[in-house]
Amino acid sequence: MQSNPLLGRIAWNTLIALLYLFLLAPIIVVFIISFDTRQYLAFPPESFSFGSYVKVFQNVKFISAFWRSLVIGAIVGFVAVSAGMLLSLSLVRYQFRGKAAVGFLILAPFLVPHIVLAVGIMLVIAPLGLLDSYPGIVLAHLGITIPYTVRTITMSLMAVDTRVEEAALVHGASPRMVFWRITLPLVRPGLIAGGVIAFLISFDEATISLFIVSVKASTLPTEIYHYLEYSTDPQIAALSVILILISVAVVMMVEKLIGLRKAL
Amino acid sequence: MSAAALPAAGASSANASRGVLLMLLLPGLVALVITFLLPLIWLFRASFASSTMGAFSGGDWTVQSYSAVLFDPFYWRVAWNTLVLGFNVAIFAVILSYPIALFLVRTESRFRGVLTALAVAPLLTSSVVRTYGWMVILGDRGVINSTLQSLSLTGGVIRLTNNSFGATVALIEILMPYAILAMLSGFGRLNPQLEEAAAMLGANRVKVFTRIILPLSAPGVLTAALLVFVLAISSFVTPRLMGGGRVFVLGTEVFNEATVTLNWPLAAALSVMLLILFSSIILLYQRALRALET
Repeated sequence: MQSNPLLGRIAWNTLIALLYLFLLAPIIVVFIISFDTRQYLAFPPESFSFGSYVKVFQNVKFISAFWRSLVIGAIVGFVAVSAGMLLSLSLVRYQFRGKAAVGFLILAPFLVPHIVLAVGIMLVIAPLGLLDSYPGIVLAHLGITIPYTVRTITMSLMAVDTRVEEAALVHGASPRMVFWRITLPLVRPGLIAGGVIAFLISFDEATISLFIVSVKASTLPTEIYHYLEYSTDPQIAALSVILILISVAVVMMVEKLIGLRKAL
Repeated sequence: MSAAALPAAGASSANASRGVLLMLLLPGLVALVITFLLPLIWLFRASFASSTMGAFSGGDWTVQSYSAVLFDPFYWRVAWNTLVLGFNVAIFAVILSYPIALFLVRTESRFRGVLTALAVAPLLTSSVVRTYGWMVILGDRGVINSTLQSLSLTGGVIRLTNNSFGATVALIEILMPYAILAMLSGFGRLNPQLEEAAAMLGANRVKVFTRIILPLSAPGVLTAALLVFVLAISSFVTPRLMGGGRVFVLGTEVFNEATVTLNWPLAAALSVMLLILFSSIILLYQRALRALET
């Protein structure tokens, strides 16, 4: 290795390229297979067409699940951002007893496996009759998304220069006005990043959703899961590509706003 | 709620700011209590209830769910399968992620941002979708089998799915972004100047790696291994789909008891056991980390 640095460099870069290939393999393969026309799963595709995409758009089950996921994700995003904004304000701007406990409670959902949380939430909302309902699934997704919104908003909030707010107060702005006209616009990147991450987690989440919903409030990932139990035809590939494109859009948005690495 | 701004403007009005603080905390805390704290308490309680279909009756306390698990050899095998899956996935995910993380930390390429995003972005695609990708790759008529057959390297189909091999491979890839992310934040102590100094003092590359890079990156590697392990032992979508119903791990059994057999106390008891396993691994990790750092 030491004798030939060039060769070592080539070997190293090849290794990295291969590892990236492994990491991205399922996404690449799904993309290729989505243009296949056959009814069953096989590789390589024998012809290229958009037939599978057409089928997805004609599949009432998938389309209605898609809209449900969109609505659920949007509500989860909005509520998680609102609650996260308030929690972040209290954590960044206030000193109070029990602050550490609050901070721990916010971070704790990161530490509990989703499947354990799923059983717990199922047990809590079942007696309330909320299984397989919109409020049920929104509640179920809030616990796992609020930690993310608190994280992104806290980061934005800590970067805000409090002197700007003080200056506005001194010049006669009411606290309400300062909040809406100064603080909120300044933390907007954190709000949007948190919102889209919360949306995407809800939109992609399968584990908890599978315990909570079955028919009426089924989300797209749960529909795909149940479909995959019986069939693996290219229709799912086309649907997957659509989902991946949505993720890519979100990833690019988060990266632009606050940087992907900080948000996750 | 609109008075939320009050950035401790005048510390004089302590009572008013206390009220504001309460209003700030309340919505989020209520949400977290309902969707996180209460479910865990409920879970614990339900695991001691007597089993009834799709519900648990309050009132009585019994350990019958736990004894049903502990005296059934099937669940011992399930626990063993889960641990084996977790260890295999953690070891390989860490080995495969390590070069990528090292590369991302040290590269001066102007594509660094893009490459980092590419490495962690799979986190944001649904695990169901990526599991499907692995079904396509490893399936009986998938990428690998059709390639091998067109090269006439094998006579028949090699079974790569519907067994624990498929589940392990898919989970390795699905959890790798977590490992990379953990390593990227854990590699802060790596310093190219140290490596240069060692090289100048005559250490060869192997020595630089084993004596400097490896020890300095050990905490990040340990965190990555822990993260992948705990995520692997609590997974169920990937083992269920890749295993085709033939892979039995704690996750798949919890799901089965909760949604098919509708024995909720048993599902709760299995979840509590998973949680105990989970916590003891994390405690072990903290000890190991402390040992590494002193």
